[in-house]
Amino acid sequence: MASLISCPHCGTRPKEEFLIRGDATPVRPAPMAAEEAWHDYAHLRANPRGRIREHWQHVAGCRRWLVVERDNFTHEVFGVTDAAKAGEGAR
Amino acid sequence: MRYSALSILKQAFAGNLGWKPAWREPQPKSHYDVIIVGGGGHGLATAYYLAKEFGIRNVAVIEKGYLGSGNVGRNTTIVRSNYMLPGNEPFYEFSLKLWEGLEQDLNYNVMLSQRGIISLFHNDGQRDHYIRRGNAMMMEGVAAELLDRETLKKMLPFLNFDHGRFPIIGGLLQRRAGTARHDAVAWGFARGADRLGVDLIQNCEVTGIRRENGVVTGVETTKGFIGCNKLALAAAGNSSRVGEMAGLKLPLESHVLQAFVTEGLKPCIDHVITYGAGHFYISQSDKGGLVFGAEIDGYSSYAQRGNLATAEHVMEEGVTMIPGLSRVRVLRSWGGVMDMSMDGSPIIDRTSIENLYLNCGWCYGGFKATPASGFCFAHLLAKGESHHVARALRLDRFERGFPIDEAGAGTQPNLH
Repeated sequence: MASLISCPHCGTRPKEEFLIRGDATPVRPAPMAAEEAWHDYAHLRANPRGRIREHWQHVAGCRRWLVVERDNFTHEVFGVTDAAKAGEGAR
Repeated sequence: MRYSALSILKQAFAGNLGWKPAWREPQPKSHYDVIIVGGGGHGLATAYYLAKEFGIRNVAVIEKGYLGSGNVGRNTTIVRSNYMLPGNEPFYEFSLKLWEGLEQDLNYNVMLSQRGIISLFHNDGQRDHYIRRGNAMMMEGVAAELLDRETLKKMLPFLNFDHGRFPIIGGLLQRRAGTARHDAVAWGFARGADRLGVDLIQNCEVTGIRRENGVVTGVETTKGFIGCNKLALAAAGNSSRVGEMAGLKLPLESHVLQAFVTEGLKPCIDHVITYGAGHFYISQSDKGGLVFGAEIDGYSSYAQRGNLATAEHVMEEGVTMIPGLSRVRVLRSWGGVMDMSMDGSPIIDRTSIENLYLNCGWCYGGFKATPASGFCFAHLLAKGESHHVARALRLDRFERGFPIDEAGAGTQPNLH
């Protein structure tokens, strides 16, 4: 894993300042959506090898939720965006 | 060739020229009754028990690298059955019972050493929790002992009992737990399966799963198409990638777990010890090296290497528990890819696709389960129904609302 993450608000920071939540691809269904949709959101993951999007929170910095786009095999980081900007509210 | 004291003696006098390879290197046949994807501990154990217990011998194990090249050779070799929940404990106890007879069964020395595991606790709440766990074990017929501080001081004088924040006030002991030589487990099952006629096909990667009218009929591999009646996936950290070939989306996330070994020391740690204030666990190998590890790194990863920050954290935990460790040099560290499930417990089940069976979600606890995982998966493949100790390990338990969450962490795979 990369040692440095470029927070869009705080600049380049050590990875230890961040909390990692997990896969950023599942989108929370509407409250009254069918049970299958909730099951899919809560439990099922594509879990690909390669380029992924992950939710990180900068807990020791701006405390914003971020979406880190990176490769989970080579550990290359492609980009970091604020979760609100990435078009999805973090949980 | 059967191994015995006599065979060693005979070979010694014959210049050790008569040893045969432990298994064949066959070319794949065009069709098998069962194909197992993954030549690690669980895949090899499944093949062995299929042939031995259930009489299904037209079986192939397909492995993309060499046998035992994944997590079976990367773990910290701990064997135990000190689980709490009813869905888990009978399964792991069944596994420990299989471990206890494994060497005779396989005619292979897996160096099982039942040295006992001691789980330390550091406050009253944790002691209550461990008492509850011990009681849950005893309700399943598994012995557990509560050790107080004075007893522990005699047994493990090197621990840091009076740490300011995490004083050690006692421990839960399972005497029958211990360690086993992990590579030998893979080799023993491989040799056992091979002797019963199972084809072990190495350096053969599965590239696709062929289906006709929705039913699985075989696998595409780097050595061509191989047909089968039943396809059994035991691909550990790569389960999602193999499952995806059949259109399955699984409740798994792959994470990296690191392990460490120090230089060889004289015998100093006689048990497996786990730290209650973190997730640190340590034992001493027969070669003398201290083998230890802790939590997963916490981010999605398919790389068999971890992050230095986690290594530092593991060392800190170790030194907090045993201050003397600070003077020991670490020789090596490595990582393995864990198939972390959504509740921290494994899956042995059929899938929604006909003829496709699944064994995955072992998180970082798959080694101890190797014999029972193989036995129960073979039972499922041969009889079409779950073995009674593995009935709770269903794929649809998340959907139905019956997770087996030992850690109580919820559907958050990096927290289990």
